[in-house]
Amino acid sequence: MAIELPENVVISKLDSLGSWCRKNSLWPMPFATACCGIELMATGASRHDLARFGAEVFRFSPRQCDLMIVAGRVAMKMLPVLQRIWQQMHEPKWCISMGACASTGGVFDTYAVVQGIDRFIPVDMYVPGCPPRPEQLIQAIIDLQDKIQAEGTIGGREFNTFARQQRKRALMELPIIRTPQIVLPNRQGTN
Amino acid sequence: MSSLSKVVASLKERFSEVAESEFRGLTRVVVPQSQCFEALTCLKGEFGFDMLVDLTCVDYLNFRDATDRFGLVYLLASMEDNLRLTVRVMLNEPDLTVPSVVPLWEGANWMEREVWDMFGILFEGHPDLRRILLPEEFEAHPLRKDYPLQGRGERHNFPVLTRGEA
Amino acid sequence: MATTTSPPRPDFAKDAREEDYLWTLNFGPQHPATHTTLRIVLKLDGERVVDAVPDIGYLHSGFEKIGEHLDYNQYVTVTDRMNYISPMANNVAWHHAVETLLGIELTPRCKYIRVIISELARISDHLLSTGAMGLDTGAFTFFLYAFYQREKIYDIFETLCGARFTNSYTRVGGVMHDITPLVVEKIRAFLKDFPKTIDDMEKLLNRNRIFVDRTKGVGILTKEEAINRSCTGPIARASGVTRDVRKDQPYLGYEDFDFQVCCAKAGDCFARYYVRMAEMRESVKILQQAIESIPPGPANIGVDERTTLPTKQQVYQTIEGTITHFELVMANRGFEVPCEEVYAATETGNGELGFYIAGDGSDVAYRARCRPPSFIHFATFPHLIRGHTLSDIVAVLGSLNIIAAELDR
Repeated sequence: MAIELPENVVISKLDSLGSWCRKNSLWPMPFATACCGIELMATGASRHDLARFGAEVFRFSPRQCDLMIVAGRVAMKMLPVLQRIWQQMHEPKWCISMGACASTGGVFDTYAVVQGIDRFIPVDMYVPGCPPRPEQLIQAIIDLQDKIQAEGTIGGREFNTFARQQRKRALMELPIIRTPQIVLPNRQGTN
Repeated sequence: MSSLSKVVASLKERFSEVAESEFRGLTRVVVPQSQCFEALTCLKGEFGFDMLVDLTCVDYLNFRDATDRFGLVYLLASMEDNLRLTVRVMLNEPDLTVPSVVPLWEGANWMEREVWDMFGILFEGHPDLRRILLPEEFEAHPLRKDYPLQGRGERHNFPVLTRGEA
Repeated sequence: MATTTSPPRPDFAKDAREEDYLWTLNFGPQHPATHTTLRIVLKLDGERVVDAVPDIGYLHSGFEKIGEHLDYNQYVTVTDRMNYISPMANNVAWHHAVETLLGIELTPRCKYIRVIISELARISDHLLSTGAMGLDTGAFTFFLYAFYQREKIYDIFETLCGARFTNSYTRVGGVMHDITPLVVEKIRAFLKDFPKTIDDMEKLLNRNRIFVDRTKGVGILTKEEAINRSCTGPIARASGVTRDVRKDQPYLGYEDFDFQVCCAKAGDCFARYYVRMAEMRESVKILQQAIESIPPGPANIGVDERTTLPTKQQVYQTIEGTITHFELVMANRGFEVPCEEVYAATETGNGELGFYIAGDGSDVAYRARCRPPSFIHFATFPHLIRGHTLSDIVAVLGSLNIIAAELDR
């Protein structure tokens, strides 16, 4: 069945249209704690100009945002705040972990720094570097846009799939450290 | 440096147990715990050390040949004469209490809170001695030498949020 | 600047005890105006701030504990992340303290290089702090002007050492590698261009009605209070304290340069802004003198001294270089460290940044205490804001230039 279409009409799936709209109007929530925050500011400022990718509308209110950029290390005292802000954001939402500290703890392997935010909240994109250059952050946003386009967001079913709820493998291997209680096996009973 | 040596000489005259030393042009005096507030009052009031540059502490648990556990450091400066003086107070385990110097220098307020937070040294008479950098429920004093760098697992004790429940 | 006497403040705290119409507002830790992670619990009477209780530590990362586990060359990477808007100044401050402890005398060329990078760092620090203050009080263009020049300083640093802003450029007894003609050329171009930008920035804000109304007479700190509360740097100088470590205890050969210590008497937010702008001009003066007279000769101390890490060329091509390299990077071999303690301070953009280092003979500091200017300045915040309105908080915070990583460490 052939339908004559005018030249300025494009046919698409509703799903990919929805994704296309979403990916080109990301509203980041800058959770800037440390040095990476300065590079985040530089990304938004004149030379690098994040507006070219439709993601320049920084909103500090989590209710208005759909992309959280965690820039900088997250300390023990800050993590409950981070989790609360993540919960306050509406679906669909994505998270970029910017820099080595947010992704793994970086050089700060100390008592007070969370060793990677992906232990406690879901992360979509990791940006390496200490701090990453603005170009790297822009690349991460472009990659995230591809991911959003591929996801298909109408209905939001993808957030309920089993695979996405799985914790990261690295997380499984690093258990929560508590004070060890050594229990010696009773040798005499076995013999 | 002549006026600084004068200050130290008269300080020694007034407080018997004051010991003096010098390293790389920095003069240090060690004041006994019982006399520290009087000595600091005297330094501020009479010798014009009107600024407390820094207040910190060192834990000498693993230090070679150390006899005392903690050493408080008061870095003083005088604006008028452009002098600097380091005052040390040595503390030992059961009695980790010194009088607060907030009445002398307002700037000591947060510094003393930090020393309490990090080393667990009590400042008597401090207006608001709470933890400052670490959360209230934290139990240890992390800059003590017997506390490990990676902590005791406090950094992992949080609930995990997943996609589904967010 | 003209002297302004602060009007007697009404005793709002006394009213608070008698009346119970106050309400509490939580400000931060994630708030656009704080720029960083700090939290303030405010007691408000309508729009007026009766009391403010800061709650910090949201970025506490255990810097001083790491200092007890990294050696004197390694720890410089961590100082980068301390005051992250002028990392070069922190590098210089750390290694200045280490060299004081080890008793190392730098080469004249190295001193000049360090002066140049610390003055560039001061400019970039002041650009961000005044720019962010302008941004918060509604002058967005001002912020863009400032950030554009910061990008140029980033470029210079990138040419110098390869990193945009976590540079880790200094080493014990020297620098990572010598300054190149290309860097000198870039700094010259920057110095030619930059004063015009300061003129533009001053034209934008100095007589801007909104900005002046929001900052003049707000957050007044008197001279006595500034001294008593241990304030240093531009905060103290805006209150009339004529103190600058560069002048009072010259380090790195600052006594060779002709510059003024910028002071104001008013002690309010506008004075702090004004002092920062004036200090940028003085920094340009120092840079102009330094860049034209960099002494010839080696930048690092010679290989035989066994204090500075040799260059890769020396390591691979000479036997002394190889030996020195191994001596310095092997655990417990490198430096001859006395069992002593020193405090050495430098003047950074934010104030006196000093390190108190205890050495115990090994190549790792026994205690690496940092005297953080932001921490000390933020302690004055409740005093400054009491009695002012809610909207003045951003002006006061902007003028104090609180950097959370330095505040919490």
